[in-house]
Amino acid sequence: MNAAATETSEAPEAPLSAPLNVGFDYTRSVGPVLGRFVNALRERRIVGVRGSDGRVHVPPVEYDPLTAQPLTEFTDVADEGTVVSWSWVAEPLDAQPVQRPFAWALIRLDGADTCLLHAVDAGSPDNIHTGMRVRARWADEPVGHIRDIACFTGPDSPAGPAPTAPPPPVAERAEGEPVSTVITPIHLRYLHSASPEESRYLRGLAEGKLIAQRCPACHKVYIPPRGACPTDGVPTTDEVELPDTGIVTTFCIVNVPFLGQRLTPPYVAAYILLDGADIPFLHLVLGCEASEVRMGMRVRAAWKPREQWSTTLENIGHFEPTGEPDAPYESYAHHL
Amino acid sequence: MGKQRTAVLGTGQTHHRAKRTDVSMPGLLREAVDRAMADAQVDWPDIDAVVLGKAPDLFEGVMMPELFLADALGANGKPLLRVHTAGSVGGSTALVAASLVQAGVHRRVLTVAFEKQSESNAMWALSILPPFQMPVGAGAGGYFAPHVRSYIRRSGAPEHVGAIVAAKDRRNGALNPFAHLRQPDITVESVRASQMLWDPIRYDETCPSSDGACAMVLGDETAGDAVPGGAAWIHATAMRTEPTTFAGRDQVNPQAGKDAAAALWREAGITDPLSQVDTAEIYVPFSWFEPMWLENLGFMPEGEGWKLTEAGETALGGRLPVNPSGGVLSSNPIGASGMLRFSEAAKQVMGRAGDYQVDGARTALGHAYGGGSQFFAMWVVGAAKP
Repeated sequence: MNAAATETSEAPEAPLSAPLNVGFDYTRSVGPVLGRFVNALRERRIVGVRGSDGRVHVPPVEYDPLTAQPLTEFTDVADEGTVVSWSWVAEPLDAQPVQRPFAWALIRLDGADTCLLHAVDAGSPDNIHTGMRVRARWADEPVGHIRDIACFTGPDSPAGPAPTAPPPPVAERAEGEPVSTVITPIHLRYLHSASPEESRYLRGLAEGKLIAQRCPACHKVYIPPRGACPTDGVPTTDEVELPDTGIVTTFCIVNVPFLGQRLTPPYVAAYILLDGADIPFLHLVLGCEASEVRMGMRVRAAWKPREQWSTTLENIGHFEPTGEPDAPYESYAHHL
Repeated sequence: MGKQRTAVLGTGQTHHRAKRTDVSMPGLLREAVDRAMADAQVDWPDIDAVVLGKAPDLFEGVMMPELFLADALGANGKPLLRVHTAGSVGGSTALVAASLVQAGVHRRVLTVAFEKQSESNAMWALSILPPFQMPVGAGAGGYFAPHVRSYIRRSGAPEHVGAIVAAKDRRNGALNPFAHLRQPDITVESVRASQMLWDPIRYDETCPSSDGACAMVLGDETAGDAVPGGAAWIHATAMRTEPTTFAGRDQVNPQAGKDAAAALWREAGITDPLSQVDTAEIYVPFSWFEPMWLENLGFMPEGEGWKLTEAGETALGGRLPVNPSGGVLSSNPIGASGMLRFSEAAKQVMGRAGDYQVDGARTALGHAYGGGSQFFAMWVVGAAKP
């Protein structure tokens, strides 16, 4: 949930890039069928469910693949079985269950008719083959999660337990209650790149300048520049430097705190229309009581100290009132 | 147009709640699907195709949920499509499903939309900020509140109109056994006394965060003719899109919404919507969007939508009851919210709306919008064939 605005690019005219990391611990309500499965794992048992054609599905499926009817006939299967197919992972990723080279395998457990996907700690690709017998190695402290099966091992697996990734977080529940929710942390790590035009604008910000672009067809001035006019579809090449003064077109006062918020409420989130621009951008208004902010109010950028500047609109800490008379409504009504 | 006549054969929805931890995601969908299929009196072999919708994947953190939902939706061996248009998705999903019947491709199509918001945090998901920008985003409320302020300034609407909408929709929700929020005792005064969240939007003027699903079975003319008590016949459909931002964009009264409404009324043969439509289910996640969309949809002239609301004409018993089911302000499983509007419109003209039935409803509007007011989807359904 953090976005770090740091310049990572070396070439002066190359587009700017910065990491964008997004992460959340999603919760999953397991419901009555998968609930049966994860609660059995807590007791070091593996449960499947019988479908309308008599096949036993492991993990259990909630609805029959043939008839779409709910399935309810649960049956225990063995914690050992046969490798049906596999793929070697030479360099395990951080959260993968085995933290040394391992195989992802489709394993048909004895008593099951479908395959379970899990990790086999085989040590070497020479130690695994289709048709090989494998057995579950259980985690020391099962919690009601697929990771309660630490991995599977075969006859030639390395001695001793494999290094494993830290266990997943466990949802709170009352003492003695069954598992009804599992937590699945998800993290996405992007490298976010600005366009060439936005990069020029951002480098301008690093020098205290506000660089916009004008559409050659409709003559509208865009800041940040888009590189192409969204209305006319033509490239925008004419650069325009804008002043750091303008008006508030409209705004709201944010009073609500939320996860990932980087400003402390209450704050005024306002659309700022710079003098000479044809589109407003969102920024912060300080320097007066929130209740005194008005539509049409004249404002000026309050820049952070120069030594804090980088390639970001955050170089402007906020906008503040200039004290000039408000712009008449008619002058900005078409920007709402 | 050469479209095949198409009807809503049955509808179903979940009991919407803040957290439906008693069911998995497939189980949540099936609750709505089973009710819709029972209402339509059809079984799995009767279904030719399935069309699914949900809002952005980050809301639950499940990439392509249609893959693992195929079993629960009885889709094995059948076409399964997913539609994706942010908050309007429930509406556009229904329209994609309808088009498969209108085109003569399928006889009966199951359509379903859902959101299990409790598994994530939509406020967080809607406030993720790419690098280099000013971190002022504050969820959907933070996005829409400045535009609500613009509407109030532009129309000169009195400040209490938003509270009138909120109190009305929550009282309507109290008549709906499936609604998440059921507040029969809410008043305009209590709404105005609630906390200001995104000034000018107050807490009680804000939609809840719900787990829920909605489903419908759509069918061709033969299937529609067989519905006991009469099907809801689709008279017109429309979808339009515009970019989120461009210079001179009207954020209060978006062109795409106006264009969609004009096309909708034209196809339905409606020249005076306020007189010819009996009830409307309009996507109102924040109270002020009722008067804003009344204007955008052409029920009222620009700047005068609030007058219909203030006069009480959008309440049950009024000239145009809006959101008799309680609307998005009473239940908001985001991906399903648009389809709920469409299905509640159908329930009204089928005479199946129970305690919030609009007397004599023969023609009804279902409406959804999404993104930064950039996707619009709507339909007109009627008790009579088009």
